[in-house]
Amino acid sequence: MTKPLHVQTTTAAPALRAHSPEVSAARARRWGAFYYAEQVLRVMKGYGWTIVMYGVGQPVAYLFAMGVGLATLVQANGAGVFGGVSYLTFIAPALLISSAVMTAANEFTFPVMDGFKWRRVYYGPHASPLTPEQIAGGQIIAVTVRFLLQSAIYFAVVALFGASPGAWGWVSILVATLAGLSFGLPLMAYAATIKEDKGQFAMVMRFIVMPLFLFSGTFFPLDTLPLAVRWIGWISPIWHGTELGRVFSYGYEESPLLTVAHVAFLLALAAAGWVLTRRQFAKRMAS
Amino acid sequence: MSSPAETGPPRYVITAENLTKSYGDVTAVDGISFRVPAGEAFGLLGPNGAGKSTTMKMIGGVSQRTSGSLSIMGLDPEQHGPEVRAHLGVVPQQDNLDEELRVRDNLLVYGRYFGLPMSYLRPKADELLEFAQLTDKAKSKVDALSGGMKRRLTIARSLINEPRILLLDEPTTGLDPQARHILWDRLFRLKEQGVTLILTTHYMDEAEQLCDRLIVVDKGRIMAEGSPASLIREYSTREVLELRFGSERNATIGAELEGIGERIETLPDRVLIYAHDGEAALEQVSVRGLRPVTSLVRRSSLEDVFLRLTGRSLVD
Repeated sequence: MTKPLHVQTTTAAPALRAHSPEVSAARARRWGAFYYAEQVLRVMKGYGWTIVMYGVGQPVAYLFAMGVGLATLVQANGAGVFGGVSYLTFIAPALLISSAVMTAANEFTFPVMDGFKWRRVYYGPHASPLTPEQIAGGQIIAVTVRFLLQSAIYFAVVALFGASPGAWGWVSILVATLAGLSFGLPLMAYAATIKEDKGQFAMVMRFIVMPLFLFSGTFFPLDTLPLAVRWIGWISPIWHGTELGRVFSYGYEESPLLTVAHVAFLLALAAAGWVLTRRQFAKRMAS
Repeated sequence: MSSPAETGPPRYVITAENLTKSYGDVTAVDGISFRVPAGEAFGLLGPNGAGKSTTMKMIGGVSQRTSGSLSIMGLDPEQHGPEVRAHLGVVPQQDNLDEELRVRDNLLVYGRYFGLPMSYLRPKADELLEFAQLTDKAKSKVDALSGGMKRRLTIARSLINEPRILLLDEPTTGLDPQARHILWDRLFRLKEQGVTLILTTHYMDEAEQLCDRLIVVDKGRIMAEGSPASLIREYSTREVLELRFGSERNATIGAELEGIGERIETLPDRVLIYAHDGEAALEQVSVRGLRPVTSLVRRSSLEDVFLRLTGRSLVD
């Protein structure tokens, strides 16, 4: 058989070979979620500057307006309710947690819609060895990285303001990340069910995130609210996160049982959200 | 080459038996069976909604079948999804490139899904950009590319893991003729390298150009199976005489043409006379004193096969 001349004219270069499909599948089964996280983080890098500015700019603006401006008014009228710390110290953990939850409200809504519908970015990796559960997991890992980074910046600013006197204040970075996930994962499961964008995410922002932000003991202790609205705090990841944040940042005194309950609540919500998200991703992508 | 494969039994990379997919009451794929040997270019030809894409999704291990059996490289995609997908390259009907990443990064990121190391991916991405004639676009944003370029990038992306089976769902739909020819040329090269091509199309010329063998699909069922040439031989005549009498007369002229050629097909815009010798048929038409506005003698195509099998055109 004569050798075709037009094929393989460059023989000098070393042969470039991919590993076998068996190796690909084994690696994907093990690390798939991280492979997808890598992709999401690459995309995030494109707006990395925005993330950093959001991380720095928001706390500076809030801490200055609330902690310096509003504080003079508040403290003059009854510093006692804030457990003997400055108003700035009181609201700093709350703002850190709220910021993570608001980021969650963005990162676990529109990008999910983008993945399934707008630009269908999930369907590229879906054709690769990755599973729908790993795609969901990868996105969560990437957003978790963002939570950590953003909260660390936030915490650094808070510390610069001298508003985190306790030695364990840095733990609130982890608390904020957990709060972001406990609010974000159930929301992600919901976002994955949406076929048509009819402004549901704007509604979530207005009627869920905003009330939670305002009535979660953010700006004043929850027990100063009438019982009729206090329940909003009890079911709010922001309240549970904020109370935890206060324990770590200035040694806010509460029953250890309550501290455990905060952690348990946040973990339970995150876990439920994760289970529902996995299920919904698998269901929607297999149809 | 003197490999034993030439004399031994063919090795099937895909085997489908009674493959069925229903969505509620709608049966998109209705019990189709086929087998594809390694290295073949196998086509699914049919109109939109015939069930081609659904079949492709099941082969691609991303859609669960309702019943029947399916094996890709000896594996059931529902049991071994990641393993099956690791063997495949997939070009979906709708491009789903990451528009927020640059052209070359799209290839790198995709390769990572297969766990491929960067030391392999960087040179491989450059090689594929060359293959897709996109080297000078490596750093461009994806949304700056034309439709044809995006399609070529999607094909390049599907090759990052060096798949031996490539699934192409309507690879050239929406492209201009020049872009299509460039793409066909690339696919030919892959075929030369022994890659098994599975493609769906509703373009008969594409099926004729690329496919060794194809199944004609309509309403989720296989209407016919064979090589393009054998299908044309079996279901059509050698030549076709196309006559246009103007839209009002086309419908009524059928009776006056009776007896010319082997079969007459009346379409809204033209009348087709199937004959072994088209010129001779045209002569008979003029002998009967009929004066078409235009006339054309051509070879039979898969379009005619489809018309014969279903009574409808492929592209409406």
